[in-house]
Amino acid sequence: MKYKLGSFMVLALMLVMSGCSSSGGSKEGGASIEDQGTAADGGAVASGAGGGTDYSGYSLNDPNSPLSRRVIYFEYDSAEISDSDQELLIQHAGFLVANPGQHLTLEGHTDERGSREYNIALGDQRALSVQRILELNGVAAEQVTIVSYGEEKPAAEGHSEAAWRLNRRVELVY
Amino acid sequence: MNRILKLLLLVCVVFAAPVRAALTIEITQGMEGAIPIAVVPFGWRGSAVAAPENIAAIIAADLNRSGRFESLPDRDLVAHPTTAEQVKFQNWRMLSVDNLVIGQLEEISPGQYSVTFELFDVFRGKRLAGATFPATARDLRRLAHHISDLIYEALTGERGAFNTQIAYVTSSGSSKNKTYTLLVADSDGYDPQTILTSKQPLMSPSWSPDGRRIAYVSFENKTAEIYIQEVLSGSRRKLVSFKGINGAPSWSPDGRKLALTLSRDGNPEIYTMNVDGGDLRRLTNSAAIDTEPVWAPDGKSIVFTSDRGGSAQLYRVSAMGGSAQRLTFEGKYNAGADISPDGRKLAMVHGEGGSYRIAVLDLDTRLLRILTDGQLDESPSFSPNGSMIIYATGAGNREVLSAVSVDGRFRQRLSLQAGNVREPVWSPFGK
Repeated sequence: MKYKLGSFMVLALMLVMSGCSSSGGSKEGGASIEDQGTAADGGAVASGAGGGTDYSGYSLNDPNSPLSRRVIYFEYDSAEISDSDQELLIQHAGFLVANPGQHLTLEGHTDERGSREYNIALGDQRALSVQRILELNGVAAEQVTIVSYGEEKPAAEGHSEAAWRLNRRVELVY
Repeated sequence: MNRILKLLLLVCVVFAAPVRAALTIEITQGMEGAIPIAVVPFGWRGSAVAAPENIAAIIAADLNRSGRFESLPDRDLVAHPTTAEQVKFQNWRMLSVDNLVIGQLEEISPGQYSVTFELFDVFRGKRLAGATFPATARDLRRLAHHISDLIYEALTGERGAFNTQIAYVTSSGSSKNKTYTLLVADSDGYDPQTILTSKQPLMSPSWSPDGRRIAYVSFENKTAEIYIQEVLSGSRRKLVSFKGINGAPSWSPDGRKLALTLSRDGNPEIYTMNVDGGDLRRLTNSAAIDTEPVWAPDGKSIVFTSDRGGSAQLYRVSAMGGSAQRLTFEGKYNAGADISPDGRKLAMVHGEGGSYRIAVLDLDTRLLRILTDGQLDESPSFSPNGSMIIYATGAGNREVLSAVSVDGRFRQRLSLQAGNVREPVWSPFGK
């Protein structure tokens, strides 16, 4: 029952936070959070309905929550984050703001092309791009650590674009 | 002399010692105009039936590996002289052999040997070099490489780099359970010694100018840190572990400083620091990536990679800092530089049209020359005499090492039986 209580407290915090959120799109839609928890499962499941741009009281362990998506992909030799990934990062930022004790490591990675130390630097820049979005959305600097592995830890083996696109990434490790 | 070493000359080193994961050398592209030389098996006098080491075979393999010489196969040797008096020059002239090497290996007392070699100009009938050296059993290979160096220098006027070592990194195992090792081996791949093993990535080995220490990057604490390790004793210390990147260590020519990349101030910048960790100085200041510093041999400037112009290119900055000057203009991607020992050439990873190859920029003429034909070539490192460049390349699904002559005409491959091998760095000359 402690868990349930905790979940509700997170939810309450989320509600407060979303009220002062300045993230784009939240104004028009207006956030509405629906408590779908039942006595039977005892958990709080919440979802946002503000055009998908508002974070909500998602759980880190829920495979259906956007927070379960923890990899951001990049174009070749780029540290630019796509619009849809920005939305995702705003969800993560919401969770981190609501859970100031929660720590996150951003692991920057690249594909194998080019020189290795340059790729360490590129992976670092990718992780910095992610960190910047999190901080702009209220996450405290102390909550986030960056480590770049460059091309040293590929997610996919292989020497084609199919593998490379999976390797140009930042992993969010809670 | 239209001989081409096109046949795949498999110079499989015969390992008498315990079979560790040694590098196998394969000459993959021959050089037209290699000078024919005969290296006659050395005479042996000692208690055992066979000599403890085949000195002549080591020398012949060294000379072949340089791309400058082509040694006569044993079966074509018309005679087996071991002393100057036994040499009949007209026999060797008939074989169109320019030069002849003979010698003897003698057991002085148990475990103590004496090695004599002599080098002759066959056409002039003249002795060009020769010496007698004492050696213990475990020195014999080293000594053979040293003799190769003397022969090479006598015939080319350039110092040989056979009696040197290479450091490199291997990785093996599945992606979930990888093992990384940092090794040091002789320049012919023989006698690999593991100096560090880790479950986390190891990177960027860099030799101190005296060849006694190696600086490298280790992720053993789940973050990049730079260590300095004594090659012989294995003792090491952590040099830097700032927040963010601690990478790309490179020794100054006087051995007192390191250039390195740190992102402690927000993004990757080039710094210098004393080997004891003091006197940290920042050399670059841009919002872009600045990394992969290497010192010019005069110690006055540092070449590095930066994407400040929109893509990765090489720049030069004074070792005291200041404004940087762009050096490369050809190609979309030029990174990971090494500077030739005479300071006049830059080797780099050159990316163009989806391929990453090793190229050399002549700093006097500004001409860029692409030396390799791989898709994912990286980590070029000059031999200490500047004649060869060793680099990492892909072969099928594996990473192997290759070496190419600076003129691009001669290539050889160094591969492991299993696993990936990468980031080769050629040691300085032995002391």
